[in-house]
Amino acid sequence: MSQLLILPVVLPAVLAGVIILFAGKTLAVQRGISVLGTLALLALAITLIQAPTQAYFLGNWPAPFGIVLMLDGLSALMLLLTASLALIILIHTIRTGWDAKGRHFHALYLFQLMGLNGAFLTGDAFNLFVFFEVLLIASYGLMVHGGGQARIRVGVQYVAFNLLGSTLFLFALATIYSTTGTLNMADLALKLPQIPAEDSALIRVAAVLLMLVFAIKAALVPLQFWLPGTYANAPGPVAALFAVMTKVGAYALIRFGTLVFPTDLPATTTLLANLIYPAALATIAVGAFGTLASRNLPRQIAFAAIGSMGTLLLAVSAFTPPATSAALYYLIHSTLATAALFLISDLARTRRDGLTAALFMIAVIAMAGMPPLSGFVGKLLILDALRTDPLAWAAILLASLLTMIGFARAGSDLFWKSPDTEAPAQSQAAVLLCLTALIALTLAAGPVTTALDQTAQALHNPTAYIAANQLGGR
Amino acid sequence: MEVLIAIAIGTLTACGIYLMLRARTFPVILGLSLLSYAVNLFIFISSRIRLNAAPLITEGGQYSDPLPQALVLTAIVISFGMTAVLVIMALGGYLTSGHDRIDTEDQHADRPEDPIARQIGDQP
Repeated sequence: MSQLLILPVVLPAVLAGVIILFAGKTLAVQRGISVLGTLALLALAITLIQAPTQAYFLGNWPAPFGIVLMLDGLSALMLLLTASLALIILIHTIRTGWDAKGRHFHALYLFQLMGLNGAFLTGDAFNLFVFFEVLLIASYGLMVHGGGQARIRVGVQYVAFNLLGSTLFLFALATIYSTTGTLNMADLALKLPQIPAEDSALIRVAAVLLMLVFAIKAALVPLQFWLPGTYANAPGPVAALFAVMTKVGAYALIRFGTLVFPTDLPATTTLLANLIYPAALATIAVGAFGTLASRNLPRQIAFAAIGSMGTLLLAVSAFTPPATSAALYYLIHSTLATAALFLISDLARTRRDGLTAALFMIAVIAMAGMPPLSGFVGKLLILDALRTDPLAWAAILLASLLTMIGFARAGSDLFWKSPDTEAPAQSQAAVLLCLTALIALTLAAGPVTTALDQTAQALHNPTAYIAANQLGGR
Repeated sequence: MEVLIAIAIGTLTACGIYLMLRARTFPVILGLSLLSYAVNLFIFISSRIRLNAAPLITEGGQYSDPLPQALVLTAIVISFGMTAVLVIMALGGYLTSGHDRIDTEDQHADRPEDPIARQIGDQP
C-alpha cells in the first residue's frame, strides 16, 4: 500500500513526458493518454481514501532529513476531488475541442494535476513550495492556451502576482528554518512549542508571511485582484480547473493552521484566526457585490468563486473541529459548483437553448446556497458551526441573496433576452456529470459529513499524522 | 558581516518592491528578479554565517549547514525558470497589444469579441 502513495505524483509526470516526446503531433493519442491517466488517478484516489494515515519516505530517508509524502483524510479527500474534477473537465475539453486550439494542452494538464496532487500529499514545507511552483508553471501555460491579446496580458499579471507570492513563501520558509532547523511539517509541530521566547516574534512573522502566500492562492481580500481577470479570460475548461487551484490555498491554510500553528501554540495563539476572520468577511462582501456588478458571465462566476472562498475561510478561521468539518463539505461543494458554472458559461458562448438555461439555473441554485442542493447543506453546516457569531450569519445570508440576484439578472439577460442559438456538437455531458456529482453530494450529505467529522477531528488532534512520520527513528 | 548582508538583502528587497510597483512589465520583471536575489541571499544565511567551514560534520570542527545551500539551489532554478516564462509572456503581450503597460482596463480586457460580454454588457 505504501508504494501507491507516490503514484499520484509520478504517474501524471511520466504520462505528460510521454505525450511531449512521443505524441506531440497526434491529438487522438494525446487525448487517449490523458483520459487513461486521469481515470487511473481517480482509481488511485478511491483506493487511497480508504487507506489509513501513512507516510511515504522518498529514497527511504528517515523523516526530518528526507522528504515525506503524507496521506491522511484531508489529503485523500483533496486527491479524490481533484481527480474527479479533472476527469469531468477533460471530457468537456475533448467534446468541445478546446484542446485543439493550441499545442500541448494535455501535457500541461497532466503537469498541473501532478503539481496539485503533490501539494496535497507532501509533508514537507519546502516541498510544498516546489509543488506550488509546478502547479503554477503548468497553470501559466493553460491560462494562455489558445492565445489572444487580452488573455496574454492578464496572464502576465497572474504570473507576476504569483511570483511575488513565491518570493514571500521563500522568505517565510527561510525564517522558519533559521529558528527551528527543520522544514518537515510534523517535526515543526513538535519543535515550535519548544522554541525560546525570544524567537517567538520571528515565528509570528513567518506565520503571517505564510498566511499571506496562502491567502494569495485562496484569493482572500485584499489579495484577490489577480482572480477575476484570470478566471474571466482563461479558456472555459481551464477556468473550471482553476476552481480547485484556490482550494490549494484553503488546504494549505487548514493544514498549517491545524498542524504547524494550532491555536494553542504559545508563539502564535489565535494570530492567524484573527487575521483570516475579518479578511474572510471582506471576501464574502467583495464576492457578493462583484457578482451583482459584473457585466459578463465569466467575470461574474469569478466573483462568485471569490465569495465562496470567503464563506469557506470564514469557517476555517474558527479552527474548531465542527467548523473545519463544515468547511471541508463546503470546499467539495464550491469546487464542483464553480467548475459547473464555468463549463456552462463556456457552452453558453455558442449554445443558448432551454437545456443550457435549465443547467445554468441548477448550478446557480447550488452556487448561491439555495435549497435543495449541496450549497444549502454546506452553508447550513457552516452557520451551525458558527452559531455564536451574528456577523458571520449576516454576511453569509446577505451574500447568498446578492449572489442569487446577480445570477438571476445574468440568466434572464442571457437566456431570455437573446435569441436561442443551436450550435451543433456542443456536448453537455460534462456539465451533467458535474451537476450529478453535486446532487450525489447532497443526497449523501449524512455519510459524507460523518466521514468529514472524523477527518476534522484528526486534523485538530494530529497525533496519528505526527506518529506516521516516525521522527524518533525507525 | 551580518550588518553587511542585512543591508544587502534590505536594499535588494526595497529596490525590488519599488520596481514591482511600476506600471510597465519590464521594470516589474527586473523588480521580481531583484526580489528573488534578495530571497536567495536570505535563504543562504538562514543557517547563520560560518566562514571557512565545509558542509561536513568533523570531530570538534566547525561545519556549515548544507541544507540551505540545497534549498537556495532549488530556489534559484525555480526563480530562473519562472522569470523566463514571465519574460516570454510579457514579450507576447507586448507584441500582440503594441504596448507593455501592466494594467488591464476591465472593459477592454473582458473578451469584447465574446458574445456573453456583448450580451450582458450591452443591455440597458
